[in-house]
Amino acid sequence: MAGVTDAQLKEMSQEERVKALGMTTEQLTGKSLYIEFDPDAEERFIYPWAPDVDFNKRTEIDTDEMSTTQVNTRISELMAEGFGTIVLKNPRGKHSIGVGILSKLNLIIEGSCGYFAVGLLDGPNVRINGRVGWSCGENMMSGTIMIEKNAGSTFGAALRGGDLVCRGSVGSRTGIDQKGGTIIVGGDTGALSGFMMQRGRIVVCGNAGKNLGDSMYDGTIFVGGDIQSLGVDAVEAELTDLDRAWLTRKLTQYDLMPGRGVDHFTKIVAGKQLWNYDNLEPNEKKLIL
Amino acid sequence: MCGIAGLIYKGKSANVGAEMTAMLQALKHRGPDSTGYAVYGEGSDGNYVMRLKAAEAEDMHRGRGIYQILDERIAAVDAILAEHGADVKLKDRVTDYALRYVLSHDGDTGKMAEHIEEIDGVEILSLGNGLELIKDLGDASDVAGLYSLNDFSGTHGIGHTRMATESDVDIKSAHPYWAFPYNDVSVVHNGQITNYWLMRREMERKGHRFMSNCDSELLAVYTAHNLANGMTLEESLRRSIEEIDGVFTYLVATKDQLGMAKDTMAAKPLVLYESDDLIAMASEEVAIRAILPQEIDTYDPYDEEIRVWQA
Repeated sequence: MAGVTDAQLKEMSQEERVKALGMTTEQLTGKSLYIEFDPDAEERFIYPWAPDVDFNKRTEIDTDEMSTTQVNTRISELMAEGFGTIVLKNPRGKHSIGVGILSKLNLIIEGSCGYFAVGLLDGPNVRINGRVGWSCGENMMSGTIMIEKNAGSTFGAALRGGDLVCRGSVGSRTGIDQKGGTIIVGGDTGALSGFMMQRGRIVVCGNAGKNLGDSMYDGTIFVGGDIQSLGVDAVEAELTDLDRAWLTRKLTQYDLMPGRGVDHFTKIVAGKQLWNYDNLEPNEKKLIL
Repeated sequence: MCGIAGLIYKGKSANVGAEMTAMLQALKHRGPDSTGYAVYGEGSDGNYVMRLKAAEAEDMHRGRGIYQILDERIAAVDAILAEHGADVKLKDRVTDYALRYVLSHDGDTGKMAEHIEEIDGVEILSLGNGLELIKDLGDASDVAGLYSLNDFSGTHGIGHTRMATESDVDIKSAHPYWAFPYNDVSVVHNGQITNYWLMRREMERKGHRFMSNCDSELLAVYTAHNLANGMTLEESLRRSIEEIDGVFTYLVATKDQLGMAKDTMAAKPLVLYESDDLIAMASEEVAIRAILPQEIDTYDPYDEEIRVWQA
């Protein structure tokens, strides 16, 4: 990695770039896509091929007559032209809108989206002035997503980083397989929320459905309302001052702070009777999680 | 995967045929094998509407002999109607194999329906005062065009786009299912019922008939059984959550009601929109947006949720 400039990386093919970044793609070795770390290499916080966009350069797309592929391709084209604020109009429940954006961007969606909205993100700030269907924000690495209305099930599935916020209520299995980041729900969440979550935090200001935190490995769930039932190996823990401070900061940031503060929140963590990797070496944990 | 949709107007009629077509066409990607409608008109002066098929669509490709067989089957239907004293007001051969009768009848329609279905190859799709059940292979545009559904006025309806996973691609395995022989009750379903054979054997022991091996038909028979035994639609839906195993979301329509039930895992999707005069629901929001392009508020019902709306 050392010695390769961003400008050089931009000129390379995908295959050359992968090799230059220390990754290998040989198949059938069981080691595909492992990275050979170079301690002298400079850390990269943005992808070398990410377009340099200007937040003050704004444009709109009327998606009414466009397919999802056309919309997502158009977003890429506009980012390549330097547009840093893109407004999508009339999404009308289309699926997979705004997926796979891997650089900074202000994306504003005026209306409701279908399934898999803004999944696989790494960096952008998204505001959706409507509702989203199943699996919104799936696998996000970093960035923020703010939904003004309700969301469907598997909200933030396998989330890895960033903040995913819904002002309304969400469906079932919120944060299933969550690996990091923060999910905040202004209203209620359905059954099996936090199912097999491994890292990160879920905050539910309203009520939670049955089997909350079922089979969770790790991570923390905060619930402001009633919990219908806890899942296997999910246990209540003491709300600490650090938790209160963090909840206050996050809920204030997204204008979801309840009038009565955060003292009434219930904290749920893994009992670690079902899964417990605390005794493993860090590299072993990484392999499992 | 399958897609389901439903809509019901409170206290008024609308072009539910065209609206259901728009919704189901938007769900085509969830099920391209067949499309079905159960739409509810206002009836015609107490007469019954009976929809039936005298062959499968694929039978029409098995040589010219099928036309003679069809004529014989239809003549047998007419004879049974006459035998039961039914006065046929209208007989419309909508396609080569699908017919629509309007008839008046003072006797036991269940008995009459049983006799008609004794004719080999004939299946009554629906019988009732308001219900008209249409299903065929192809997408919503194909079926709506074939059966002239785009100007059907009514109060409510349910529909289905089918991806065949549990049984054949044919009309008898397509949804909706009429809750034979319970007039005006129909069902659409998205999911898999895992105690299907157990429940089917139980229903068969109680005297109910099954026309296909599709697990969704069980919900229609089950609902018919419950309603016939004095349960309300809401009670039947509630009971089904306890007795039916699997992952499912299903819709039931009666002459003046529309209900929904979601399984204990909430594993199959449904998006709901409610306003003062219209309730619309579908597997995906994109179907609701097909009839309501303006910005609206929708939500997902939770696990074990039961709802019933009145027309």
